Amino acid sequence: MAVIKTENLTYIYGEGTPFEKKAVDDVSLEIYEGEMVGVIGHTGSGKSTLIQHFNGLLKPSAGSVYIDGEKLWEDKARLREIRFKVGLVFQYPEYQLFEETCYKDIAFGPKNMGLDEAETDRRIRETAQMVGLKSELLDKSPFELSGGQKRRVAIAGVMAMKPKVLILDEPASGLDPKGREQILSLLKEYHQATKSTVMIVSHSMEDVARYADRILVMNKSKLFCLDTTEKVFHRSEELSSMGLSVPQITRVFNRLKIMGVIPERDVYTTPYALKLVLGELGKE
Amino acid sequence: MIKDITIGQYFPGISPVHRMDPRVKIILTAVFIVMLFVADSIWGLIVGAAFTLVSFMISRIPLKLMFKSLKPILPIIIFTGVLNLFFIKSGDVYFHWKIFTITSEGVRTAIFMAVRIICLIIGTSLLTYTTSPIDLTDAIERLLSPLKKIKVPVHELAMMMTIALRFIPTLIEETDKIMSAQKARGADMETGSLMKRAKALIPILVPLFVSSFRRAEELALAMECRCYHGGEGRTRMKQLRMTVLDGYACFYTAAFFACVIAVNILI
Ligand SMILES: Nc1ncnc2c1ncn2[C@@H]1O[C@H](COP(=O)(O)OP(=O)(O)OP(=O)(O)O)[C@@H](O)[C@H]1O
Ligand SMILES: [Mg+2]
Repeated sequence: MAVIKTENLTYIYGEGTPFEKKAVDDVSLEIYEGEMVGVIGHTGSGKSTLIQHFNGLLKPSAGSVYIDGEKLWEDKARLREIRFKVGLVFQYPEYQLFEETCYKDIAFGPKNMGLDEAETDRRIRETAQMVGLKSELLDKSPFELSGGQKRRVAIAGVMAMKPKVLILDEPASGLDPKGREQILSLLKEYHQATKSTVMIVSHSMEDVARYADRILVMNKSKLFCLDTTEKVFHRSEELSSMGLSVPQITRVFNRLKIMGVIPERDVYTTPYALKLVLGELGKE
Repeated sequence: MIKDITIGQYFPGISPVHRMDPRVKIILTAVFIVMLFVADSIWGLIVGAAFTLVSFMISRIPLKLMFKSLKPILPIIIFTGVLNLFFIKSGDVYFHWKIFTITSEGVRTAIFMAVRIICLIIGTSLLTYTTSPIDLTDAIERLLSPLKKIKVPVHELAMMMTIALRFIPTLIEETDKIMSAQKARGADMETGSLMKRAKALIPILVPLFVSSFRRAEELALAMECRCYHGGEGRTRMKQLRMTVLDGYACFYTAAFFACVIAVNILI
């Protein structure tokens, strides 16, 4: 069964005002348990708006959302439970830190769930380790940390609730290449270790190609497609017409294939490309 | 959502009223207020009400909004109406019961005052409906600029107001975002005792203050980088210009004003 399912989901900002804007238009999709899904789309295509429906922060203007088969907004009192089930990390989550110490900030979610001290403590230590925060940092004020460290604290704050689905809105934005890499690979590790469903919103095709099982493409408020990486990148012409590009390495290999140098076409990641090239060179 | 609160209730449009010079709009609004107080009979006020109504039609603001602007002051209208109705004792007596007396003069004054207040509110809200807050402060700065001679920091005050207005939507958006983020972590702001709810504000207020200070610092730095040094010798990108439209508006207002005076004399 799908963990997340939407039916004709539509959301309009400022309905009935002159500033009306349809941000999500008739989206029907299913996300399965244990998947890692990349969400991609041009700026303003409605990615952030879409994912805020999955934990009941936004109420659909039309259509419905089901989490684990349960229809949201039937009973408003259940929404809080849903938010513990579907953890959402906003873009620039470091701006939401507020406690005196990182430890207390990570504890905010678990405390709201009503967990006891011991369990909370266990979860904090566990998630801090998972996001690569040294334990001495836990007693520091979050405002003393670097940007990348703050980001980790904020992500840990949501992970500590052990949600069934973890959704992150551009978790790597504004970090240097190494920081991006670290955040994304720790999310991959988290995904593998917990077997939970993970959705990552990103602007980078490269990142999504490397980490996601399936890719959800949004275009001008509509769902363009939700499919496996290969199938999505096969539509590279359509993607580039909407201002998205397939990873650079894929473009290079598409070209190489046209030139008849290397027969392979579906190349999305650099390590795989390296292997191919080395194999090709070894032949001669 | 918090965002639904409209600030300065500006309603964008391209009607002639929208395109007028904001300075002229402010002055004509002042003239309009004087007009309402000059009118000394209900007939004069009807001319004033006609002026308001016609202006509203020209501005193409939905009439729904006109009633919306009246809602908050409804208690005041009712209160003054009731006071006038029962405490004015002159004129023919219509109704008498214990200490309550309703007289013809009372009824007349009650209606007169109610219409006057309603016209006042609708007329002035037309100004804020058709002028963006930034244009409004700009115009106020220009109109008050003679006060610079007596060392009133008009420019600085206007700049502060502009910045404050500019950042209200940003702050609201920010608050919305932080609230969503904390709700996503299970923050509960809607239930519980007063004390509990006050405490639930901390996770919102702390990040909000932090980001406001950061924003203020960034803005100050950005302004300094562009050599901002106060109003001295500063020119403007957007010049306020009076057009023939403003001439028509003045003429139109003057015509109604003349009507009011004529009504006063004749009746
Ligand atoms: N709070 C809001 N009020 C009104 N309109 C909004 C609001 N948030 C977003 N929008 C509009 O909805 C549309 C979709 O926005 P959204 O933030 O979902 O896009 P996005 O795909 O996440 O973009 P980005 O990649 O830049 O983050 C945009 O056109 C935006 O202007
Ligand atoms: Mg976004």
